[in-house]
Amino acid sequence: MEIKYKKTKGLTDTPLSYCPGCTHGIVHKLVAETLEELGVLGTTVAIASVGCSVFSYKFFNTDAVQAAHGRACAVATGIKRNLPDNIVFTYQGDGDLASIGIAETIHAANRGENFTVIFVNNAIYGMTGGQMAPTSLIGQVTTTSQSGRDAKLQGSPIHICEMFSQIEGVAYLERVSAFNPRQVRIAKAAIKKAFTYQMEKKGFTMIEVLSSCPVNWGKKPVDALKWIEEAMVPVFPLKVFKDKYAEDEKNV
Amino acid sequence: MGKTLMKGNEAIARAAILSGIDAYFGYPITPQNEIPEYLSKLMFEAGKVFVQAESEVAAINMVYGAAAAGFRTMTSSSSPGIALKQEGITYLCGAELPAVVVSVMRGGPGLGSITPSQGDYNQATRGGGNGDYHVIVFAPETIQETIDIMKEAFDIADYYRNPVMILVDGMIGQMMETVDLTKPVKKRFLPEKDWAANGTSRHSKRNVVNSLYIESDILEAHNLALKKKYDKVVINDTRYELINMEDPDYVIVAFGTMSRICRSAIEMLAEKKIRVGIIRPISLWPFPNVAFENLDAPHLKGILDVEMNLGQMLTDVLVANNGKYPVGFFGRAGGVVPEPEEVVDAILHFKNRVVK
Repeated sequence: MEIKYKKTKGLTDTPLSYCPGCTHGIVHKLVAETLEELGVLGTTVAIASVGCSVFSYKFFNTDAVQAAHGRACAVATGIKRNLPDNIVFTYQGDGDLASIGIAETIHAANRGENFTVIFVNNAIYGMTGGQMAPTSLIGQVTTTSQSGRDAKLQGSPIHICEMFSQIEGVAYLERVSAFNPRQVRIAKAAIKKAFTYQMEKKGFTMIEVLSSCPVNWGKKPVDALKWIEEAMVPVFPLKVFKDKYAEDEKNV
Repeated sequence: MGKTLMKGNEAIARAAILSGIDAYFGYPITPQNEIPEYLSKLMFEAGKVFVQAESEVAAINMVYGAAAAGFRTMTSSSSPGIALKQEGITYLCGAELPAVVVSVMRGGPGLGSITPSQGDYNQATRGGGNGDYHVIVFAPETIQETIDIMKEAFDIADYYRNPVMILVDGMIGQMMETVDLTKPVKKRFLPEKDWAANGTSRHSKRNVVNSLYIESDILEAHNLALKKKYDKVVINDTRYELINMEDPDYVIVAFGTMSRICRSAIEMLAEKKIRVGIIRPISLWPFPNVAFENLDAPHLKGILDVEMNLGQMLTDVLVANNGKYPVGFFGRAGGVVPEPEEVVDAILHFKNRVVK
């Protein structure tokens, strides 16, 4: 009998620690498949951040380094500068990347550090129990914005891809999602493109994935996927924000 | 190579190169700026990694990354900058990563001053990071000693898989002295870094660098293993110098720049027929308790702790003395460097200095 599908070698056999209905697992799979398909599992160093994905060092079947909260891009810089031929990526949530680690992320991008950032944006602090994130939507009820996020009090959701599209060192920047199979396929292509650019030493690449958090959003898994599509996507449009080498590709 | 006249900060940079560092990460702050300035050139010429980070926080985390990948790495900073590095330092200890941190102290608290101080004794030896950890801290008193300790520090860090701090003050960083960069230092056997996260194609199993142990009993086992390592450091790498310790009337305890000033002071006191010795801690952690335990001085009237702060090392001196002799304190703070005459006066009026 022919095997048509099997689990990627890019993931270990450790059971994932994510809640039912959370899309972290899908994003993990896409990254792991990509690393396997590109044949770089043996040369990859994954950087786990702080948040729900803190245990990702157990899941990716590669060498891994766990970084302090927000510091993943600084840690990745320290690794990649010394191992320029290895593949290095960070896996960060919106609290880690867009709040406490925004300085490290912006400056790594601005230096054009040749690694990939997988930015999982679920508009909430999941691990700590559902507090407001910098990417929480206006009106979104969280445990620290119990009357709903109010722009006057708490500011508006921060748009990472829109900001980073202005940074010279960024080679590739795309916002994708995982709320339906089509979007998952688009996300996979984006992730693969980012890692391919890294292999070609083109500079900083980041893929933002709009992700679900059914438990902390107080929604059923299916409703959570709908909420990504209906509430998040209008605020965070899905598109390629920057492809520094798109013209080159056309010419080829 | 013979002797060269060299500024302390430049000597630190050159000693780092001679120690074979692969990567330096830092952020500008006075009075240590010449270290990154020299290294930006020297590292570039050597084809090594130099990154001016966006902050001290980023710099220490770049060090964490480079160390995790198995490379010889360091950062340098000064008081408020070292405060920012505390997070990274506890992570380095927790994940058992080797690195060297050079701290060129200035006056504090807060933004303080940019003049020489020893106000970060507690910051260095106690630290502001979380959890049960120790940084191995060396406090040289000359530029030559700074070079020699720098060259050994990277080996010590690798040997124990723990950060090592070189604690000097703005005086040592900014002054010039004649030095011999080629003076040989003790070498030790260093195990392979087979734990480094540099890709599974380079080793047999997955390597994970991590300080998270979510289950308490497993974390406690990790804490106990670290404790065992720190106990080894205490036994093998406690360092101090005894100066003029034959039958002293008084003993001064002083480190770094302050011990040099005290060397002048005890000569002035000798002219007054007062015999004063110096216990000079070279390792501040581990503190040289053993120097006090072995103190054999039948005419000793007391121990004077002298620091360029308001008595941060005093706690360690009191514990080491364990009530045996009267202990006094003299210090100047705020980046003021005391004159030898002030130390002479403190010994002459020791009774007024005794800590109750």
